[in-house]
Amino acid sequence: MTDFARRHPVWAAVIAILAAILIWMILALWPSWLVDLIGKKKVFLNALFNGITLGGLYFLVASGFTLIFGLMRNVNLAHGSLYLLGGYVGYEFAELTGYWLLAFPAAFIVVAVFGILLQLVVFRRMEGQDLRQTLVTIGISIIMADLMLWGWGGDFYNISAPSWLSGPLETILVTAQKRSGDLVYLKYPLVRVVIFLAAVAIGVVMWLLLNRTKIGMLIRAGVDDRDMLSATGARIQLVFLGVFAFGAGLAGIAGVVGGTFQSVAPGEDIRFLLASLVVVIVGGMGSIPGAALGALLIGLAEQFGSVYMPTYAVVLTFLIMVGVLAFRPQGLMGRS
Amino acid sequence: MSVFGPTEASLATPSEGQSWLERIPVAYWIVGLILLIMPAIAGDFMLFQIFGWTFILGLIALGLMFLGGYGGMVSLAQMSIAGVGGYMVAIFGVSAIDTISLGWPWYVAIPIALVIAMLFGTLTGWLAVRTEGIYTIMITLAIAAAFFYFARQNYVMFNGFSGFNGVLPPMLFGVDWRGPAAFYYLTLFWAALGYLVVLYVSRAPFGLALQGVRDNPRRMSALGYNVTAHRVAAYTFASLLAAIGGILLTWQSAQISPGTAGIGPAIDILVIAVIGGMRHPVGPFIGAFIYVILKTYAIDALVTLGLAGERFQLLIGIAFLAIVFWSPDGIIGLWDRLREDRKRDPLTGRGGEGP
Repeated sequence: MTDFARRHPVWAAVIAILAAILIWMILALWPSWLVDLIGKKKVFLNALFNGITLGGLYFLVASGFTLIFGLMRNVNLAHGSLYLLGGYVGYEFAELTGYWLLAFPAAFIVVAVFGILLQLVVFRRMEGQDLRQTLVTIGISIIMADLMLWGWGGDFYNISAPSWLSGPLETILVTAQKRSGDLVYLKYPLVRVVIFLAAVAIGVVMWLLLNRTKIGMLIRAGVDDRDMLSATGARIQLVFLGVFAFGAGLAGIAGVVGGTFQSVAPGEDIRFLLASLVVVIVGGMGSIPGAALGALLIGLAEQFGSVYMPTYAVVLTFLIMVGVLAFRPQGLMGRS
Repeated sequence: MSVFGPTEASLATPSEGQSWLERIPVAYWIVGLILLIMPAIAGDFMLFQIFGWTFILGLIALGLMFLGGYGGMVSLAQMSIAGVGGYMVAIFGVSAIDTISLGWPWYVAIPIALVIAMLFGTLTGWLAVRTEGIYTIMITLAIAAAFFYFARQNYVMFNGFSGFNGVLPPMLFGVDWRGPAAFYYLTLFWAALGYLVVLYVSRAPFGLALQGVRDNPRRMSALGYNVTAHRVAAYTFASLLAAIGGILLTWQSAQISPGTAGIGPAIDILVIAVIGGMRHPVGPFIGAFIYVILKTYAIDALVTLGLAGERFQLLIGIAFLAIVFWSPDGIIGLWDRLREDRKRDPLTGRGGEGP
């Protein structure tokens, strides 16, 4: 952080000022001219929090994607299908057992096993052939999408959160002042907060795993130079298998989260594939912090876009992507 | 490869003293003749729906084959560029949505449409070539999605979800160009022209330099070639092919909507190019023919087999996967391998070409 400030003093100042304005906008009671300018504070805060929580969901999907890409150079365009599969499996499990929490391990395990099968049966045979692997993943996603449409039909499924998680959370943030002088506090769905915290926790655990453990060391070494790693005697195929399973499992978990936030339906696979593509392009390929930053940016852009410029909300995210590509092709956190 | 086209060698080393007419391989005469007399044999549905569609999709996929086969860049934005071409013809030309369409004559509208589509394609290429290899697929996929969503949500220019209908080809020389035979010849003409031009460009200095860039960009730039400019120019050329295909596609269905250039169709173009094969310009047309046949008749076939007709996507996916798995060069690759197997001496097991 200090390093960044020393190297780019102007940018650091701009970021600091923007952060200060943001904090003021969150905490302060808005004066009437600001309300006239951009609308109620409640709308703004809701968009902000929705964007952040959506960013958490995007991070869950994209971190698996970027992990797999970073290590194996495999652009897994079936990642969206893994997400959707996780959503359906989680739904079935939650319906069957009645426990929402059980849906997460179930989706993780089922999708991870599926990922292991993919890696063993398909990708291992064409190692090093990037383009062919990518084409194969397109084929797999076409087939999976149709099989899932066959199995679950075109309906929308919603995984309902348990009762202790439903309902709003009283926050300490003021949105407005009533004429009587009472302050109105923001209410926010508890389940979203919990899921966002879980996403942050997963991200932190992943970072620790990558940077503080021996397995993480192996993975990072593999990202840098996998031929040299395998020459030193590390069993790289096992590492590949583990990372693919973990990345796929994360997509499965994200499917359950997405099914709780929104719904599980055909077409969501493409949507989340695109979201994770944009996230990793913006954040930088193969970088977990990059995925976090990209997910946050894209989530915020989508939510603020849909509130303040509803017609072109989707286009806004792509504009961000184009801007990043034009000025920093390796992504915000990517290494050139 | 006696049916589908010449071997690379037979055209690359023409024997001296022959006129160019004599140098055209026999296969070209046969295929050309069959295609020319097709309207006498085939019915209207065959001509308009099967062959017309094949030529159009083949033309769009031909651009992808040019990019992928000679440039080593696989772009998923071809269908979006085709979509831009179609949309621009609808916007500048005549359509049923006369509040938006400017109604300019075709000889103004079509060139403008082509130029705008090429600009769009060049811009896409300029963005895509900033990254390499597999990144290109992702970025072009994202661009294709952006165009789809933009067209769906913009009502001022693109008329949103419903798009434009009533986009008809001009009545030139008193011919209704949407009549089955006329449309067949129209698409055949552009497909053949595109095919020949790609074949020519692949052996022209530009095409050779592009193939050099594909094989070793670092060495080419050391030799003084501008690698980025060659790649972007390849995108421009490919987008011209796509734009022509897009305009024809719009005329065929008389309408254009965001769904025409959606993510599914974008991937379909890649499927077509890969199934046919990316090594020779004939590949996309073979791929397109297979795709159109499957798309038209698979539902009937599936129903006869007792399966639900909607499982068409499954069939396409499996065919695509099988091709990528066993023959990365597509149908052309299969054909080549078959030929080599036949040439092989059964006793020594040696191929016909090697020593």
